[in-house]
Amino acid sequence: MTQDIYAPSQETTEGRVYSVTGGDWDSLITEIGQTKEERVVVNMGPQHPSTHGVLRLVLELEGETITEVRAGIGYLHTGIEKNTEYRTWTQGVTFVTRMDYLAPIFNETAYCLSLEKLLGITNDIPERASVIRVLMMELNRISSHMVALGTGALELGALSPMIFAFREREKVLDLFEMISGLRMNMAYVRPGGVAQDLPAGAVKKIRETVTELRHNFKDNEKLLIGNTIWMKRTQGIGYLDLAGCTTLGITGPVLRSTGLPWDLRKTQPYCGYENYEFDVVTTDTCDVYGRFLIRMQELEQSLRIIEQACDKLDNLVGQPVMVADKKIAWPSQLSVGSDGIGNSLEHIREIMGTSMEALIHHFKLVTEGFHVPAGQAYASVESPRGETGVHLVSDGGTKPYRVHFREPSFNNLQSISAMCEGSMIADVVAAVASIDPVMGGVDR
Amino acid sequence: MSSKSGMFGAQGSGDTSGFGGLVRTAASTGSSERPYGGYFDDVADDLERAYPEFSDAIEQVVVDRGELTLHIKRDRLVEVAFKLRDTPSLRFEMCLGVSGVHYPERIGRELHIVYPLLSLTHNRRIRLEVSVPESDPHLPSLVEVWGGTNWHERETWDMFGIIFDGHPGLTRILMPDDWPGHPQRKDYPLGGIPIEYKGATVPAPSERRSYS
Repeated sequence: MTQDIYAPSQETTEGRVYSVTGGDWDSLITEIGQTKEERVVVNMGPQHPSTHGVLRLVLELEGETITEVRAGIGYLHTGIEKNTEYRTWTQGVTFVTRMDYLAPIFNETAYCLSLEKLLGITNDIPERASVIRVLMMELNRISSHMVALGTGALELGALSPMIFAFREREKVLDLFEMISGLRMNMAYVRPGGVAQDLPAGAVKKIRETVTELRHNFKDNEKLLIGNTIWMKRTQGIGYLDLAGCTTLGITGPVLRSTGLPWDLRKTQPYCGYENYEFDVVTTDTCDVYGRFLIRMQELEQSLRIIEQACDKLDNLVGQPVMVADKKIAWPSQLSVGSDGIGNSLEHIREIMGTSMEALIHHFKLVTEGFHVPAGQAYASVESPRGETGVHLVSDGGTKPYRVHFREPSFNNLQSISAMCEGSMIADVVAAVASIDPVMGGVDR
Repeated sequence: MSSKSGMFGAQGSGDTSGFGGLVRTAASTGSSERPYGGYFDDVADDLERAYPEFSDAIEQVVVDRGELTLHIKRDRLVEVAFKLRDTPSLRFEMCLGVSGVHYPERIGRELHIVYPLLSLTHNRRIRLEVSVPESDPHLPSLVEVWGGTNWHERETWDMFGIIFDGHPGLTRILMPDDWPGHPQRKDYPLGGIPIEYKGATVPAPSERRSYS
């Protein structure tokens, strides 16, 4: 056989290692056939296209059956938790939004809810701010579930659902851009409220988009539900029952696929979720199919919540979106100028032209931030992947003493061994997709 | 609490009022008095009934900001965890994670380990907290109680150097396997670490260029 100059096989302390680059299967089989070893260990990833980012799976195989799975993570570790300890509490929002990059609003809201608990201002958040948070979270849930469905289907070989899913996601991102100026990593939810009020005409545009989305979601349902190949690839695959979920701390769609209607929006409401009508979607199949079905049906529930939020916003026009306490509230509002988004000109005019005290106040609050009473707090929200919990510790200063994110992706990815051992290699892809891990959240 | 220095060797904040340097530490870390309020009294009573050594194992019960924290002696942690999980009136089926906190100035109890617990049956939350000294950073692993703490304990080992005895495979999880030090400790700097990649070394940002 010919020696592959780019990926030669080599002896290591663990045994002989072969590198496969594609297209060289024949030579590989010839070479492996000469060894006496029966146990084959395959590294799937970290650059494998169907592992949802830089996830490395170490599979031990017997034929095509998996006897052991281990996940190697950490390739995307960025030290966000450490970094936040060197910035003000407000700047922390800008960091944590980048953890789970498909669900930025959930990271921000969980962080702010926990911080507001530390500050003791949970009940002082204006209603309009809470409604906008709910609105943004549900829009974000749609955009996140669209990626989960689209890439999940793509990884199992169905291309068209991805095109439809990203088409719808784009509409939601357009809404984000209109509201916050950014499509991802918005840092829009701030301690005490939200960064700025909705722009004029936003509610009307959201309603139009909701109608469009509701109509277009049917495309994917038609493509996937009842599709023979899809059903065969997902039904009975990645089985994890309720006992497995509780011991592994699994939340979100994976937990709800066991039939338990556990959704923090219902069981431990925050941001006024108790005032919205919606259903918690469950299935009792404990498998990949059930999880995708849940995500698909949660889209409709999110649309229902968004519509109710729009109605509420119509009744709250002109209300504040930031806590009244000037010692905490961010001093300026943002506006779009000729050179992009920035501090509103009105505010600049006030602090530079009319009030030196306002200038000092702005400067102190922006450079130093506000003091947070010493103590610790934990707050959590139901993100698209499960419970995003934030443990904050303050030493009484203007910077966090410790920020820890309980990331659902990180926690849920542990279950990959329980889901896959004993199944076929191809099912690993389906199981990983059904957990929907976002590596930015896993590695932080 | 300890002081921090800024990034890239910058000293001082330009704060001329001194206000920004003020740090008001917690007035008291003593135990809360009964009644704790809400379901916290029920949890404490039920645990006391199910676990007769309660008063010996629990160092402190703190109710703060609507949250109940049980400070537990490390050698009693596993017993208490089993009681919390299995007693029908408690049923904390889920341990949501493990978080570490490093307080270098609390001599003899520098490292704290925090476990948020959730009961699906009773829809309740409590928090367990254990402290260990930096010189002897050992405590028992909770993997046999809640399997999901596996990765969280590895992360806490990785970030804080806390050793969970009895863990099935306590290895680094986020940092590279051969990384020296534990980044989330307060005496570990932010940045300033040369990056090694395939034998070549990229200097830390603070040392790449000289402006003087």
